[in-house]
Amino acid sequence: MLNFIGYRVLQLIPLLIAISIIVFFIIQLPPGDFLTSYIQQLELSGTDVAQSAIISLKQQYGLDQPLYMQYFIWLKNIILHGDLGRSFQWNQPVTQVIGERLALTMAISISTLIFVWIVAIPIGIYSATHQYSFLDYLFTFIGFIGLAVPGFLIALILVYVVFVNTGVSITGLFSPEFQSAPWSWDKFMNMLPRIWLPIVVIGMAGTAGLIRLTRGLLLDELQKQYVITARAKGVGEKKLLFKYPVRMAINPLISTIGWTLPGIISGEAIVSIVLNLPTTGPILLKALMFQDMYLAGSFILILSVLTVIGTLLSDILLVMIDPRIKFGGVQE
Amino acid sequence: MSVMVKLRNKWSGKTALNKRREKSEGYEVASQWQLMWWKFRKHKLAMMALFVLAFLYLLAVFCEFLSPALPQQRFTAYKNAPPTKIHFYDKKTGFSFRPFVYDYKQKVNPKTFLRTFTEVKTEKYPIYFFVKGPKYKFWGLFETDIHLFGLKAKNKPLFLMGTDDLGRDLLTRILYGGRISLSFGLLGIVFTLFLGLILGGISGYLGGVTDTIIQRLIDLLICLPTIPLWMALAAALPRDWSSAQIYFGMLLIFSVIGWTELARVVRGKILALREEDFTMAARLAGASDMRIIMKHLVPSFASYIIVVVTLAIPGTILGETALSFLGLGLQPPVVSWGVLLQDAQNLETLAHHPWLLWPAAFIIVTVLMFNFLGDGLRDAADPYK
Amino acid sequence: MNQADDVILEVKNLKTYFHLDEGVLKAVDGVDLTIKKGKTLGIVGESGSGKSVTSQSILRIIPSPGKVEGEILLRRRKHGKNDDIVDMAKLHPQGKEIRDIRGGEIAMIFQEPMKAFSPIHTIGNQIVEAILLHNTDDKKEAKEIALDTLKKVGMSNAEQRLNEYPHQLSGGMRQRAMIAMALSSNPSILIADEPTTALDVTVQAQVLHLINELKRNIGTSVIFITHDLGVIAEMSDEVAVMYLGKVVEYTDVDTLFHGALHPYTQALLQSIPSVSKRSSRLESIEGTVPVPINLPRGCGFYSRCKHAKEGVCNAGDVPLVEVKEGHYVRCLLVDKP
Repeated sequence: MLNFIGYRVLQLIPLLIAISIIVFFIIQLPPGDFLTSYIQQLELSGTDVAQSAIISLKQQYGLDQPLYMQYFIWLKNIILHGDLGRSFQWNQPVTQVIGERLALTMAISISTLIFVWIVAIPIGIYSATHQYSFLDYLFTFIGFIGLAVPGFLIALILVYVVFVNTGVSITGLFSPEFQSAPWSWDKFMNMLPRIWLPIVVIGMAGTAGLIRLTRGLLLDELQKQYVITARAKGVGEKKLLFKYPVRMAINPLISTIGWTLPGIISGEAIVSIVLNLPTTGPILLKALMFQDMYLAGSFILILSVLTVIGTLLSDILLVMIDPRIKFGGVQE
Repeated sequence: MSVMVKLRNKWSGKTALNKRREKSEGYEVASQWQLMWWKFRKHKLAMMALFVLAFLYLLAVFCEFLSPALPQQRFTAYKNAPPTKIHFYDKKTGFSFRPFVYDYKQKVNPKTFLRTFTEVKTEKYPIYFFVKGPKYKFWGLFETDIHLFGLKAKNKPLFLMGTDDLGRDLLTRILYGGRISLSFGLLGIVFTLFLGLILGGISGYLGGVTDTIIQRLIDLLICLPTIPLWMALAAALPRDWSSAQIYFGMLLIFSVIGWTELARVVRGKILALREEDFTMAARLAGASDMRIIMKHLVPSFASYIIVVVTLAIPGTILGETALSFLGLGLQPPVVSWGVLLQDAQNLETLAHHPWLLWPAAFIIVTVLMFNFLGDGLRDAADPYK
Repeated sequence: MNQADDVILEVKNLKTYFHLDEGVLKAVDGVDLTIKKGKTLGIVGESGSGKSVTSQSILRIIPSPGKVEGEILLRRRKHGKNDDIVDMAKLHPQGKEIRDIRGGEIAMIFQEPMKAFSPIHTIGNQIVEAILLHNTDDKKEAKEIALDTLKKVGMSNAEQRLNEYPHQLSGGMRQRAMIAMALSSNPSILIADEPTTALDVTVQAQVLHLINELKRNIGTSVIFITHDLGVIAEMSDEVAVMYLGKVVEYTDVDTLFHGALHPYTQALLQSIPSVSKRSSRLESIEGTVPVPINLPRGCGFYSRCKHAKEGVCNAGDVPLVEVKEGHYVRCLLVDKP
């Protein structure tokens, strides 16, 4: 088991390096380096820029060196000092800008993942065991819409419908008095009634996909010989369902976390812009608009790394619950 | 496999055989495509989707002729006007078969500066077919001023979906926007297909180190969150590019990120087919690699490719829409459904001018229809099942 | 056919129809069978003849949209009174009583032991589950019974096997475990649905030997389903030959091999390679079993039969006729007594 985890972690290293190269590439994409934009910005606002400050910044990020050296310096700063660079738009280190927003993004993404599972699995089981029933058709239809219509359009329409009917704007995560307040129990309680909307909206596509997958997997499993064996043994239908086919279907479902999670994080980015959530999405958009590339790049880097870690965790979970992989025999 | 499935497979396969045997000797054997089509026709939802999509694409192709105005034409007297009502009955003149509209009277609320429009029922403005309107160049080929429908009166309101804050007819803009958004979906998939076929094909056919590298590349692209990546790459497109350059730049972005799924399908199919008996038979018969690929491999997975492609098109359309909606993609004066939705971003505006959501309806219908179509094709792709 | 007390299961006019889009599929179409205590009934036929569906119909584990009609009269042993006869065809297919019978009084073993076990539960878990359902509520005792039964079927390292997963066992071992699971609650009838088809020839012999031995020791009746006439010869007391959901010949095993009357049975027998008749050509039956949907009238074997007579064989339904005591044939061309 430990061997397996170690092996998988080792496998991730080239992946992470590749991600870092892509992100560095993105940071370098806009013309000019960030320092030039930074100085321009300062000069525009009428601040004098000390030559010494420029030189020290240049050295810190290795801007006077060739590109590949810049990459290594950038990577070194991240790994050794946790320094992701500077946001000229906020005039702060990137880590400070993204801290809380990233935490909220993660909180929403993980809650969404849990929501997706809690909703999709029972519905999927129901649909498979009641194939072609009215509710099965209904869920299939809703699933189609959830899968086809992207979160940001659903969010847009929901916000509009709620606003027109109640006059309440359901954007944001907190009411105004808590928006810039430090974290407290009250602030948390203030968030709870507002957080479900983004969770449902972001989770829509994932839920629809997972329902479809659960239904399909279970329909396959329900026809397997071992189900007939168990039935011929006299096992009751309900116990049989949960002990065998459902348990079997869970394994491939866990491996879907690998693609559900990037989907959720991806969807969160755009839904949060529409719903104006204090998460990474709106900041990422603004950073891109102003070509604040260290900030934008850092978001993409962190979101990608988190996705990779999520996938790794789902892999480990899979190994823990599937004896066939544990004992090295997956052959049919 | 359960008895039931065995029964179904075995027996439905054999019924076809029986039937064929019962028929005379000259009975024609159906090709794979015919079988697919027969099966597809039974899928009612998919058939409907096919018609709706054909209709939408026709709208996009003939948008200049079909729209009553020009996309940039401003009706300054009718800013943010609600959809015009079409009437058949007038108090004075009674019922008429020819539909007509009334003019709008505009009132501005002095406090909120909101415009309200009321119909002036004194004069009718009948709607005519093949009416002369603003000049346009049809497909950029020849100039004409014939529109499918419109008013003979100049600068009177015929806004079936309302106008935007500059007084431009939303229906016209949606039709023109459809041309951009819908073509983007198709062209996007052409680029993606090109990449996916080549990389997946190489990966599956060559195997070895090439395969490993391409597979790792796919792993990498899959774990990157797509939307933030799209956003970053789209934002990096040079600002001084022309709209056509941006359009193709975005196509490139979507293809470069989106080819993985197709490549995986292609590779999987090639790996499976490479071991099939008929491939070996062809090879033993002395057929060249190229011939094997073109003659045997490609036809046998073309149906799968069609399915994957159909299901990938809406993703590209949505990607363009999302980015343009956020202001990172196509920019005005280019009109696409996403660009049109930019106006719907502000909640206050939306609450007072709900017709600005019309583009969303078109997007949703298009995407749903592609999904239905893809689903029907998927079922049909395996005609023997 | 119902004369003796030793009949424990009697199937009368069993019909299993699947209502499909293409029409009604008559997988089993009016089958009568009698299973006597301690005897083996062989059911033989090509694939698609309805023999597996028959066995699953008896246990009422036909998947939807299959419908079972007719009578399946079981003399329940564990029901207290000795002559308590239950019509299984009338029971609710998911009810308590039928579930008591399944595994408890009629147990079943399947063709592919790899697929018949759940791959993610241990062998022990799956055997103990059956015992807990029918024998005892005590988990420890159930485990002991499981161990005992595994030893009885000749499983090596029985103790260790309990904690192993199906993929860790060889094919023969898996089938032994399967048999152990079926026998763990001392059923009065064992249905063996092609239990040796997926096994190597040497392992096949071992498993057949095991079933025969257990049958003698425990006194269980066996319904043995196979397409292999050689296996039938070794295992059965009586044989039902099935074709297109119908029994076409029903007799004791000696008569089958030495006095078969139905052309289909004869054709089957001629298709067995024989060591003694080295020179003669091996016969095969032309074509395949047709689909039992919208069949034409008359004998089901008409399209493939060498002796078929137009206007006779395809004119109307062919009844199953007793030509000799205990020998039934469904053919119009066979002389009646």
